[in-house]
Amino acid sequence: MAEASSKLIKGATGDWEVVIGMEIHAQVASEAKLFSGSSTKFGGEANAHVSFVDAAMPGMLPVINEECVRQAIRTGLGLKAKINNRSLFDRKNYFYPDLPQGYQISQYKDPIVGEGEVVLYMLDGEEVRIGVERLHLEQDAGKSMHDQHPTMSFVDLNRSGVALMEIVSKPDIRSSEEAKAYMTKMRTIVRYLGTSDGNMEEGSMRADVNVSVRRPGDPLGTRCELKNMNSIRFIGQAIEYEARRQIGILEDGGSIDQETRLYDPKKGETRSMRSKEEAHDYRYFPDPDLLPLEFDDAYVEELRKDLPELPDDKRDRFISDLGLKPYDASVLVASKRLAAFFEKVATGRDAQLAANWVINEWLGRINKESLDIDQSPVSADQLGAIIDLIKAGDISGKIAKDLFEIVWTEGGDPAKIVEEKGMKQVTDTGAIEAIIDEIIAKNPDQVEKVKEKPSLIGWFVGQVMKASQGKANPQAVNQILKDKLGL
Amino acid sequence: MSIDKDTVKRVARLARLSVTEEEAESLKGELNSILNWVEMLNEVDVDGVAPMTSVVTQEMKKRDDVVTDGNYANLVVSNAPASEENYFMVPKVIE
Amino acid sequence: MTDLTSLTIAEAREGLAKKEFTATELTTSYIKAIDGADQLNAYVTKTPEKALEMAKASDERLAKGEARPLEGIPLGIKDLYCTKGVGAYACSHILDGFKPEYESTVSQNLWDDGAVMLGKLAMDEFAMGSTTETSYFGPVKNPWRAEGETIDRVPGGSSGGSAAAVAARICAGATASDTGGSIRQPAAFTGTVGIKPTYGRCSRWGMIAFASSLDQAGPIARTVRDAAIMLKSMASVDPKDTTSVDLPVPDYEAALTGNVKGMRIGIPKEYRVDGMPEEVEANWQQGIDWLKAAGAEIVDISLPMTKYALPAYYIVAPAEASSNLARYDGVKYGLRVNGNDIVDMYEKTRAAGFGSEVKRRILIGTYVLSAGYYDAYYLRAQKIRSLIKQDFDKAFQTVDTILTPATPSAAFELNKEITDPVEMYLNDIFTVTVNMAGLPGISVPSGKNGQGLPMGLQLIGKAFDEETLFRTAGVLEEAAGILEAPAKWW
Ligand SMILES: [Mg+2]
Ligand SMILES: [Zn+2]
Repeated sequence: MAEASSKLIKGATGDWEVVIGMEIHAQVASEAKLFSGSSTKFGGEANAHVSFVDAAMPGMLPVINEECVRQAIRTGLGLKAKINNRSLFDRKNYFYPDLPQGYQISQYKDPIVGEGEVVLYMLDGEEVRIGVERLHLEQDAGKSMHDQHPTMSFVDLNRSGVALMEIVSKPDIRSSEEAKAYMTKMRTIVRYLGTSDGNMEEGSMRADVNVSVRRPGDPLGTRCELKNMNSIRFIGQAIEYEARRQIGILEDGGSIDQETRLYDPKKGETRSMRSKEEAHDYRYFPDPDLLPLEFDDAYVEELRKDLPELPDDKRDRFISDLGLKPYDASVLVASKRLAAFFEKVATGRDAQLAANWVINEWLGRINKESLDIDQSPVSADQLGAIIDLIKAGDISGKIAKDLFEIVWTEGGDPAKIVEEKGMKQVTDTGAIEAIIDEIIAKNPDQVEKVKEKPSLIGWFVGQVMKASQGKANPQAVNQILKDKLGL
Repeated sequence: MSIDKDTVKRVARLARLSVTEEEAESLKGELNSILNWVEMLNEVDVDGVAPMTSVVTQEMKKRDDVVTDGNYANLVVSNAPASEENYFMVPKVIE
Repeated sequence: MTDLTSLTIAEAREGLAKKEFTATELTTSYIKAIDGADQLNAYVTKTPEKALEMAKASDERLAKGEARPLEGIPLGIKDLYCTKGVGAYACSHILDGFKPEYESTVSQNLWDDGAVMLGKLAMDEFAMGSTTETSYFGPVKNPWRAEGETIDRVPGGSSGGSAAAVAARICAGATASDTGGSIRQPAAFTGTVGIKPTYGRCSRWGMIAFASSLDQAGPIARTVRDAAIMLKSMASVDPKDTTSVDLPVPDYEAALTGNVKGMRIGIPKEYRVDGMPEEVEANWQQGIDWLKAAGAEIVDISLPMTKYALPAYYIVAPAEASSNLARYDGVKYGLRVNGNDIVDMYEKTRAAGFGSEVKRRILIGTYVLSAGYYDAYYLRAQKIRSLIKQDFDKAFQTVDTILTPATPSAAFELNKEITDPVEMYLNDIFTVTVNMAGLPGISVPSGKNGQGLPMGLQLIGKAFDEETLFRTAGVLEEAAGILEAPAKWW
């Protein structure tokens, strides 16, 4: 319970708990749209990726894209969720210029995927389980642009009809950190599965975040929906702001209006989307143009068999088989390519040492330079070679960092570089003794002191390393120093 | 069950049909006549009856994930009351 | 040479094959007849140039001996079908000026079989009506009048233009569509043959939707044989329509054997409704007698849910329509009436674009789907639909086809003041059950009433058993005698 209470927000009148549920929309990775044969490509000329079906021309009919069904099931399997062998498509009726049919084809009562679960491994080592309520398939809407003309909006239907998976969480999220971790985890999962590119910048993954606050133990409070969040960082900021806003109102004796709000990242605030939003009445009913979506267990099993290793399974394997620290394992499985890079480095080597190098040096550098993993100038083989040199005692950890820098900027075979640049550790005791003798001779005061305070040996080690330009083998230095100083 | 004029107006709003006061009044009568008539359906015992969700009993046809359509923006907007550069144009939407 | 417009499709097909006349001559005769029949108001769009062009192509094919099944046969197309480059308005103002860039599957099938397009035929707006009076382009007149009268009568609806045009010999045959009786009722009112095939038999792609789970394309023709020829061509398996059924299209003409010996004909007692005119009752009995005489066995059956079909239909159909018609919003095509903002534009456009019957149904449909009412209305109606289907399934365990009247009356007068919409809806009382269950139904002329107006009987079949319907209808047609053309007054 210690962790739970740390998530509480301190208000002027006591503690508050924030309750968050998320609806994530992830674009299904497919060539063609959910119910038509036009392209899902991002961008393009206005209305170029639009068929008569997408434009809701009279008499046009939807025919479902099988790949989208397959991807939804695979995602459901990735969420350890119940796959429904029979689901229905419903019409959600409302008027909007970027909704050409006057309804969105979605799944309401009977979605393709039922309850599932996502596990979050938090920084502090806590495991948080977030329930997934459902996953359903639906059409995306088009785009309206309001800044092209003084009195008119422009409508482009290129996205109209693109397949989306809407993944609805249970209200199990209790902090902005968890919300960010949930979104990150969901993106990791769909990317592992290849069911969505998870690209938030292009809007192929976005979230509606429902936020409410309550006193710990109280029933759920009134929620506000933060619409269309397409950055993990902003999700965190928006929740922090929104929770504070709601607490402020409640502590002042006010009440929360259930409404849709937008987060303005420039101002760091949420604001009401429509001051007097009309009550929605979507008049859902099964789309009579479509039949029930049905498939047998064998179809699902076939898909299950072909699933790639999922991040949680990979993490477990890294911990149990490779002996990694849980936190490091979590970091490494965050992306499939990162995990693959690590595995290549770790193969036949000390896995934890490989993990340290991949995470601290390599990934740190990738992130610092905002590079894609594929753009790394240091390959897994090169990094592996550096680690091999450390293991063989040819270079020290410190020299290895210099070597990494050289390989990063100039490339080349690490072993050759060490050879050519004379970076190899000096293990020849004669040479080390000579250096030590010189240092002892030059610093009689220090020699006196170290006899009183043995920890001063570090100073001697430093001097030796400096004199040897870091190449002296630290173990040998230590041993010889101890002998000579009589420690 | 009978509906009042406000309900007629609310439903008309949902359906995006502007109705005048007089229209709402006469529609109220017509709609109530229909709704009263369909009340007879309450006589039927529908316990345990599955609703008909499709008239056709076959597996739903599916399409392959291949791009086979589109790339005719000019035809998409050819019937539009207002368009510019292949965009549909509508009165400005304020969000 | 006889007037070419007097020929049935089967006769014209033969004449063309024997080179007794050309497709161009045949088409020209129809174009002339159409121009002389403006009073009927059956056509909303005439396409004579296109017709002659197609006829010319047909003549070339015929000359080369490459005739297709409907080569050179001039047809009218209900305005509900999208026809590439030719206006398609569903007879609504809201589709003002709409010219589709695509061709409906059904009409394309006809052109692929060599048919010639004469133009687009009037209908009730969005197929909502039983008189064709709700057409934005004005009412259609039935070519039939009571003997000794000059009063205009309705052709029925919604395919009133199709039925009137076929009856008046201003097309050889016509496409129509049937959601609650819109093929069979006008066929009965005009002495023509109309078949609504099984739901899923004809593709709905490119057919402007009214109620998706009920809409079905079908032909109206002068004879049972013509209807069989046309349906064979119209029907297909269409990958573009999920509800199009994957079954090969049989040769319906081959089903016209004239033999119904031993066939079991069901007579549902629930169709003997209160206040049914005696002439309708008598006509029904006549049909029973004809079939009995032809060697069929008459079986009394019960379809207990019959009386609930119509009210259930008036929930399901408007509900689907309210959603199907949401796309007419002034943005992508058709009418736009400008407003202060987008919502105002929507409301004004839709108020100006839809007629009162359409608005009424949109409102009913919106209401029954709205929050809190869905279960009480729509869900209940769909459950009742299952029960209606079960009634038929049970009946068809013992009978091969069911015989009923097609309509509760013969064609009534135009401009009849009907203030209660329910009264008008009762026109569909015998036909609507068939749509609710997705079954095929055919309306076949069965003589005339005391006023000399055509009457029709309906046969209902098992799903995808149109062949039995054609065979049985052929026997009724033979017994009743093929109706002569109505006396020309226009
Ligand atoms: Mg065919
Ligand atoms: Zn959604």
